[in-house]
Amino acid sequence: MTNRFDVIVIGGGHAGCEAASASARVGARTLLLTHKIETIGEMSCNPAIGGLGKGHLVREIDALDGLMGRVADVAGIQFRLLNRRKGAAVRGPRAQSDRKLYRNAMQFEILNHDNLDVIAGGVEDLIVEDGVLKGVLTGDGASYFAPKVVLTTGTFLRGMIHIGHKRTPAGRVGDAPALGLSDRLYGLGIKLGRLKTGTPPRLDGKTIDWASLERQPGDNPPVPFSFLTDKITTRQIDCHITRTLSATHDIIRANLKDSPVYGGMIEGLGPRYCPSIEDKVVRFAQRDTHQIFLEPEGLDDDTVYPNGISTALPEAIQEMFVRSIPGLEKVSILQPGYAIEYDYIDPRELLATLETKSQAGLYLAGQINGTTGYEEAAGQGLIAGLNAARAVSGSDDVIFDRASSYLGVMIDDLITKGVSEPYRMFTSRAEYRLTLRADNADQRLTNFGVSVGLVGSKRRDLFSAKMASLVSARKMTESLEKTPAELAKSGLKINQDGVRRRVFDLMAYPTVSMDQIREIWPELNKLDTKILEQVEIDAQYAGYLGRQEADIRAFRRDENMRIPADFDYALVKGLSNEVRAKLERGKPLSLGQASRLEGITPASLTVLLLYLKRERRQKAG
Amino acid sequence: METIFALSSGRGKAGVAVIRVSGPQAQHAVIALSGRAPEVARKALFRILRDPKSGEVLDQALVLWFEGPASFTGEDCAEFQIHGGPNVVGSVLSALGELDGCRSAQAGEFTRRAVENGKFDLTEAEGIGDLIEAETEAQRRQALQQMSGGLGTRCAEWRKRLIKILAYVEADIDFVDEEDVPEGLSLSVLPLIVGLSGEIDALLADGIRGERVREGIDVAIIGPPNAGKSSLLNWLARRDVAIVSEEAGTTRDIVEVRLDLAGMPVILADTAGLRETENSVEQEGVRRALARADAADLTILLIGGDQDPNEFLKSGPTGSASGPTGRGQFDFSLLNKMDLRGLGKESLDSVPEGFCGISIKTGLGLEAFLGDLERLVQERFEGREPALITRQRHRDELSSCQLHLDQAIEIVEAGGDEVFAAEEIRLAMRALGRLSGRVDVEELLDVVFRDFCIGK
Repeated sequence: MTNRFDVIVIGGGHAGCEAASASARVGARTLLLTHKIETIGEMSCNPAIGGLGKGHLVREIDALDGLMGRVADVAGIQFRLLNRRKGAAVRGPRAQSDRKLYRNAMQFEILNHDNLDVIAGGVEDLIVEDGVLKGVLTGDGASYFAPKVVLTTGTFLRGMIHIGHKRTPAGRVGDAPALGLSDRLYGLGIKLGRLKTGTPPRLDGKTIDWASLERQPGDNPPVPFSFLTDKITTRQIDCHITRTLSATHDIIRANLKDSPVYGGMIEGLGPRYCPSIEDKVVRFAQRDTHQIFLEPEGLDDDTVYPNGISTALPEAIQEMFVRSIPGLEKVSILQPGYAIEYDYIDPRELLATLETKSQAGLYLAGQINGTTGYEEAAGQGLIAGLNAARAVSGSDDVIFDRASSYLGVMIDDLITKGVSEPYRMFTSRAEYRLTLRADNADQRLTNFGVSVGLVGSKRRDLFSAKMASLVSARKMTESLEKTPAELAKSGLKINQDGVRRRVFDLMAYPTVSMDQIREIWPELNKLDTKILEQVEIDAQYAGYLGRQEADIRAFRRDENMRIPADFDYALVKGLSNEVRAKLERGKPLSLGQASRLEGITPASLTVLLLYLKRERRQKAG
Repeated sequence: METIFALSSGRGKAGVAVIRVSGPQAQHAVIALSGRAPEVARKALFRILRDPKSGEVLDQALVLWFEGPASFTGEDCAEFQIHGGPNVVGSVLSALGELDGCRSAQAGEFTRRAVENGKFDLTEAEGIGDLIEAETEAQRRQALQQMSGGLGTRCAEWRKRLIKILAYVEADIDFVDEEDVPEGLSLSVLPLIVGLSGEIDALLADGIRGERVREGIDVAIIGPPNAGKSSLLNWLARRDVAIVSEEAGTTRDIVEVRLDLAGMPVILADTAGLRETENSVEQEGVRRALARADAADLTILLIGGDQDPNEFLKSGPTGSASGPTGRGQFDFSLLNKMDLRGLGKESLDSVPEGFCGISIKTGLGLEAFLGDLERLVQERFEGREPALITRQRHRDELSSCQLHLDQAIEIVEAGGDEVFAAEEIRLAMRALGRLSGRVDVEELLDVVFRDFCIGK
């Protein structure tokens, strides 16, 4: 077997799998190096994929033929489309996953992937000669060579696990931290920060009194993630809901001195959207109960993930407070909850391709960049793997912008603003939310994916067929029309202004239902339901999209005004020194990115724009 | 960060000149020129200034020291009050220029640093500019209020409320799965949106007096040729600004003069006489006069005592009974040259209803008219408090903000999609942001995470 590759991906988590697959899909000879083959695709925290914003990311990864959506469809055991009653722009698919099914499905994809080799081995160091990245060195002394390396090793930098006063240096529980590699990264002089995150105790489902608890069923029928999945075939189950009581809170309050956060043992900042139960009790003292979702980790796995009670209290206290919760009176804890602190690389040290500015050829993706969540990690993996592979063949960088995708929003947020808490996607982060929907991720991205070779023939053909039916369905809804008088006879309440209404127009009326429309035009029933649904969504958003498209055009004008990487800001007269220093530090790739840097004034942007335009004209002339 | 300096008082010889220095080297500048550090902040210190290189005495000065952030720019600042001779000023400036890390400031750079350091927002910075430009009492009062945050404070307060509104609507979208985020949160903020929209509406309904006070109140004098319009303008301006002659139709274009009327800035316009004419140049003058009268804040109709007012109103070049401005009435209708009608009672009786007889030649009725004009200007444009909106820019952004809020209200009331309501509120926020400063999504999330227990 060879030890020479185009791209080496280190780490077999969610970022690593997508990075390796993306790199291999576009034709690079790719090696995935991971500690243990058996833990590839492991869901290390809660057993769920998707949600609001996150579900959008999964759909986008899927639209580019990534793995996460299809694997999650195989492994999903309870699907829920969040915000079902709200507009399509903010509906987020989410699923509880069977951890084992997920792992197995992901391993199947990775181990049977064209262009992709997988080797078990802990990477000890990078091989760098005269500043040029050559490959990696493993713990057992083997060398693997490649000009591009994607590092997706999660929270291994100075990882420290806290349970009560007990502190254990580690990555995840059971994994040893990789010291040689950390020294290499620290040696690059990259700016680092420290974050914290936590996890709840895992419970033994056999010791839970399920009968006494409120059931939370999934959707029927379940809505899949992948545009390729027709139907979910995995057996579906319910989750259960319980809640903390005042007695629970009393126990926690009485033992706060033993909490690593409140005892002052933790310096890192934790995510505000995923607080520990200690945090909830202290910060929302007026609330005497908090909801807990009991999420099974698998169909034939008794482990239960109690979502909502992340904690780092001592084990004995954890057991005490958990047993004060209804249904959990006799529960036994399989693994205690803990808090983990770790260093992350300030993502402002990265380019939009996720290559580090300080070591050419080294790409970082996933939690190491200060993000949290499987979906955020997977999205970065795809971007890093794709760009690493393209760089090997000398192709242009692929940069997704904020107007194209949640992927673009995430990357731009990270490299422009950095993070102060573990970064998670929300739909509120997307300025162009009405355009960036989960339902149209394929329409936004699949063609582009085909053009860069990311998307295989199966998806390409399905997508073309779908687009053809969509176009003809749209035409049909735009050609069928009636006068308000005719519509009134059919029982629709329409303003009698004499203006004919097309089906497409009526679809946008909140007061007119699709059933009413079908009754008037039975020929619509010949169309595929899913296709018609898509047209209906397009109709509802049509009014706003015009305005948003104008915004996007203005945005892209700025985005397309590229600033060369070696641009000398000293040449631009009229920039204040502060602004110049900020630009030199931030190294924006475009005028648009420059405008989002902190402290860049509109006046200085105008000066910069004029200079760039003049320079471009001179070059052209 | 460089330290900047500039002459902050006017150019030319003066008793005292003020040189301002701002930046990290400000204290060093005081030491270099005066031999020692300022012992105390915000007190006048008497110092001998010397050239740091040659040791030559440059001047005796008062030095004021402001330690950042308690200074105009938010940085360390020093002010040198020196004698205002051009050579004194020049030599102190060049001594400062010799210091490491010091350079002369660009126009507006002190204010820009102050804005960047958060000492004030964009509207307050505009207020400073207006204060420097202020020519009349009302302009000064208005600029002072804006500079001290008249509009800025109001915007900041609205911005805070709008962030809360949007945060709640966004929470309803992004954290729908959270127990602590109640159902129908968007509906619960409806009264807040309605209240905010109403407040902005009330502010917008100010008769645009702020812009008028800032830019000047437009007063147009119109009337037939040879009625004495230019003479009236000259009398009001107390100096000869318009050419006055016996020949009808002298004023073919518009002559403007800026006046301070009881503290209010007035732009008085003398226009071409209105009459039917074949002369194309004069026709153009008439067209412009009518347009000006149309756009004016106040119009004064002036007709000569030897002319028939009713005849003019009926058969004026507009041929319209509602008068040349189409408004049907003028703020003042004056009948000039009363001296030609004699001074007896019958002459006064001959003044048609609604007209006021005057004579610019003899001064008859002029002071009374001036008093009335001043009162009307004050009444209409001064108000009890200076106006908050002083620029078209403010009005445009606030109108846009209100428009989007109203659309959001409509959507929420109709039970429409919250996402569309959120979109409208985002647009409203953007308009307000353009007025005073940007809003970051992090600020929304701060509110969400503060007000709701998120995280199951």
